[in-house]
Amino acid sequence: MASTVQFDLVSPERRLASYPATEVQIPGAMGDMTVMEGHAPTITALRPGLLKVVGADGTRAYVVTGGFAEISATGISVLAEQAVPLDEMTPAKMDALVSDACEAAAVHSDKDTADKAVADIYAMRATAGI
Amino acid sequence: MPSLKDLKNRIGSVKNTRKITKAMQMVAAAKLRRAQEAAEAARPFAERMTAVMSALASGVGTGEGAPKLLAGNGRDQVHLLVVMTSERGLCGGFNSSIVKLARSRAAELVAAGKTVKILTVGKKGREQLKRDWSSAFVGHVDLSEVKRVGYVNAQAIAREVMAAFEAGEADVVTIFYNRFQSVISQIPTMQQVIPAKFEATGTTALYDYEPSEEAILADLLPRGVATQIFTALLENGASEQGARMSAMDNATRNAGDMINKLTIQYNRSRQAAITKELIEIISGAEAL
Repeated sequence: MASTVQFDLVSPERRLASYPATEVQIPGAMGDMTVMEGHAPTITALRPGLLKVVGADGTRAYVVTGGFAEISATGISVLAEQAVPLDEMTPAKMDALVSDACEAAAVHSDKDTADKAVADIYAMRATAGI
Repeated sequence: MPSLKDLKNRIGSVKNTRKITKAMQMVAAAKLRRAQEAAEAARPFAERMTAVMSALASGVGTGEGAPKLLAGNGRDQVHLLVVMTSERGLCGGFNSSIVKLARSRAAELVAAGKTVKILTVGKKGREQLKRDWSSAFVGHVDLSEVKRVGYVNAQAIAREVMAAFEAGEADVVTIFYNRFQSVISQIPTMQQVIPAKFEATGTTALYDYEPSEEAILADLLPRGVATQIFTALLENGASEQGARMSAMDNATRNAGDMINKLTIQYNRSRQAAITKELIEIISGAEAL
């Protein structure tokens, strides 16, 4: 029995998931990272990407569009602005995310940040294979 | 003195009113439960958000180079009041209490020589404020088409507010809403969202920050504004239904009392009519 961390995924509207996981891969703003038990306490911003959770009953993936994660030695809570389980992700929903990001980028004052957000979304789309 | 027929009609109409208020009370009760669940479900996110942000804010401080949403833009002249009320009436003092608070705050600010701007959310508050503050109106958010308030709605309001702040059209932003206490008590609350205010947390947990503390804080503050507005909208939703429920409960009870009173009056005048007829017959017979 591998040791576990408590994984929580919350969106502004509700708690989406809460269960023990052996490892959690999060798309951090500075690069992906995997969190296992005993991780140093960290707060990281998220970029749009795939969040993978390895739990007792297999791996589950979620599409997140940003937010942040709070990591402690015994648990990780991900506060995502929008989070959708990968199985429920449809091309239509993905298109909506892409167009939202493009719209937001069009009015964003900082061009580099805006372009990065759009690029991240496209990269996520490629990884998700939708 | 109303005739017997009038009284009977009156009783009938009050009975109909009672049926309506009773139904509205039951609808409000069902909606209240849903609204409370939504508020409950949103709580973990808001709590974590505030906890992390206050930890970050106390670390970064409000000194030179701090994000503007936290430190303010150095001025205190233009106040934007975001007044959140309901789209529908018949909910007792719900809207009036928010408007009263907003009005007294606005008067206070004007007396202190500040400029007041008002953004209204919800039709009812706008109607009430129109009389003496219509010149201060800068915008209105219509939620009457929205069945369930979502985070998207809060984000839209937050964007509008932050755009005003960034353009220098507002220096301080305060939101007004009713905090849900119980079905019979909702507390009108005013809360300053920009510049953000946090209670100082003595213990700053030791975290690694990725990217830097400042970068995360700058990223989080706009979301924090949206989250606060979202929480306020949900609290307001629950309060509205609670207020409506108790208002309709009172109305139902009043209608019941009124029916009783009218029924007594009806019976009395019927009795009086009978007695009068009897007297007429008897005195007629005696006169013979």
